[in-house]
Amino acid sequence: MIPLLIYVGIFVGAYFAVKFIVRRATPQDFTSLKTVTFGDESAVRADRWASIISVVALFVLWGMFTGSALLPKFMHMPGPFMGDTQFTYTAEGPAGTDDATVTIRVHPVDQKPDAPEVEPGDGWAKNDVAVIGAWRSGLILWDKNDEANRRNDEARITAINGTPVQPGDRVRTDNGSVSITDKGTINYTPYKGMQMEPIWLPSPEAVWKRFISLFDEGYQNFTLLQHLGWSLLRVIAGFFFGALVGIPLGYAMGLSNWFRGWFDPIVEFMRPVPPLALIPLVIIWAGIGETGKIILLFLAALWIMAIAARAGVSGVKISKVHAAYSLGASKWQLMRYVIVPNSLPEIFTGARVAMGVCWGTVVAAELVAAEKGAGMMIMVASRFQLTDIVITGIILIGVIGYGIDILMRKAENWLVPWKGRG
Amino acid sequence: MSDLVIDNISMRFDLPNGDYVQALKDVSLTLKRGELMSVLGPSGCGKTTLLNIVAGFLAPTSGEIRLDGNRVDGPAAERGMVFQQGALFEWMSVRENVGFGPKMKGANKAESREKVDHLLDVVGLQDFKEKMVYELSGGMQQRVALARCLANDPDVILMDEPLGALDALTREKMQGLVLKLWKETGKTIILITHSVEEALLLGERLLVMAPRPGRIHKEYRLPFADLGVGKDLREVKMHPDYAPKREEILSMIWDMEEEIMGRTEEKSA
Repeated sequence: MIPLLIYVGIFVGAYFAVKFIVRRATPQDFTSLKTVTFGDESAVRADRWASIISVVALFVLWGMFTGSALLPKFMHMPGPFMGDTQFTYTAEGPAGTDDATVTIRVHPVDQKPDAPEVEPGDGWAKNDVAVIGAWRSGLILWDKNDEANRRNDEARITAINGTPVQPGDRVRTDNGSVSITDKGTINYTPYKGMQMEPIWLPSPEAVWKRFISLFDEGYQNFTLLQHLGWSLLRVIAGFFFGALVGIPLGYAMGLSNWFRGWFDPIVEFMRPVPPLALIPLVIIWAGIGETGKIILLFLAALWIMAIAARAGVSGVKISKVHAAYSLGASKWQLMRYVIVPNSLPEIFTGARVAMGVCWGTVVAAELVAAEKGAGMMIMVASRFQLTDIVITGIILIGVIGYGIDILMRKAENWLVPWKGRG
Repeated sequence: MSDLVIDNISMRFDLPNGDYVQALKDVSLTLKRGELMSVLGPSGCGKTTLLNIVAGFLAPTSGEIRLDGNRVDGPAAERGMVFQQGALFEWMSVRENVGFGPKMKGANKAESREKVDHLLDVVGLQDFKEKMVYELSGGMQQRVALARCLANDPDVILMDEPLGALDALTREKMQGLVLKLWKETGKTIILITHSVEEALLLGERLLVMAPRPGRIHKEYRLPFADLGVGKDLREVKMHPDYAPKREEILSMIWDMEEEIMGRTEEKSA
């Protein structure tokens, strides 16, 4: 809830900040002179400042809630308490009531310090020590070193820091809280703060460090580049075969009644089946090796490419076909010079969609079973709670997916500049 | 026998609901080589259907088309067609579009290049040869379409409202161009149009068709096309016969339109 509020705060704050500080010097181009912008979609342009601040804000939030060293200390959310702290308890025993102090050393979870040394103190209840990791809690067997203990109902806690307590009660102390269990033991929980523990969300620099080490040393017998490279290779192979079969199939469906009739039920049935649903069947048939993966991606790309090619053929204006015939073109020439170029924009759109779907599918397939690949890397890492690897993997998967899309768009602009200009 | 003969063409097709449409009924006429005939008529009179039959895109239910004595049974390079718009190949440059017909025939590259250059000069696109067609204005695109059709050297040119989508000024310029090309090349041309003025100015012969069933209503022979070659078409409009002819044909078409409206009103009432 709090991160969301902060995020909304940054959103609104940045809006006004940019509006009042930066906006003075916008160029007077045509769009900036439009008075009607609300409702005119063409007048809405992505505000570059908003984009930059948006990305920065995500990282700042991430750093704030993980105590990142990249941010100055004052920007951190309150972290968990670390260091030594104390509380006293009052116990009632056969020798009357007595007070004792518990000293607790709260340490970062990745290092285990020695217990603090304390004097036993006076009375039958002796002072205790405990060592507890940050974000954890610990049972304190207060009576272990005392002259009376709670097992045969000789002694029991009556107050913490002077506050009377019953089993089941919870009392706030400095830097934490104390609860009395049903059996009369003390359970101490140091203050957890608002930062995330690294095993749930590591700080940005930890993820970066992990990225470098993955790059250099790898994970599970393969380097990062090998994991990503294998995933990409599977996508390219699956997409290639899917296009190789799908495009001619789509053309045939667009050009022949018999093909259209024959394949329509199959294509229309297979289209809404998510490729992920085919994973179990493909594993049964082809195992978890490369063949199975490529068959799966082939199936993911096949229907998309077939439908795109079919749409490309159906999209040919009849006047273009008539024109070509009355200029003396044969069927083959019509195909070569009119139908294929006319369908290329649709095929490119299909290819972009297919590459996206294949990328998603390959990661999912690797999550299920693989010995290398981006999906396998994050799946195995998650079993060991290596959240930094998981996050690195997710970011890289996103970056590559985005990269594929940008490359496809560039290729499209370059290869089919006539798209949408008919 | 170098004529285009439209011999007793009828066209009738069934509708899914069991009804049928009689698009054309007993249409016969003969065009001599080099004649320019414009075809006018209210919508639904079957003029585009007739053109598609002549082009070979549709087969008539009865009757036949003969060009130079040969029966037409499909599209062929001898009958070129100019469409309203959107029939250019936007993946090709202007030059490639115009050279499409010769390329399909496997013509000599150097020769066809020369021919294409010449035609582009004729239609006034000498400076746009390497442009892509989508970079051109609508009027320029129709010039390309005309040149593309001529590059193939067809016997007959079929024009399906080629100037219909152009603005009035461009349209007038293009009308002059059509007349000029007609005289220079001596092609037989059938021109379908919605515009009475265009039909009058360009048609050496003018065919008025009537709907339901599509048929020939009346035919005129007009002097204006010959007068207009190489001249300002506005001068032709000053000709004493022009305005009365225009009124006559306009009122004829209005009557037909009103009749159609009346019939549909009866139906709905």
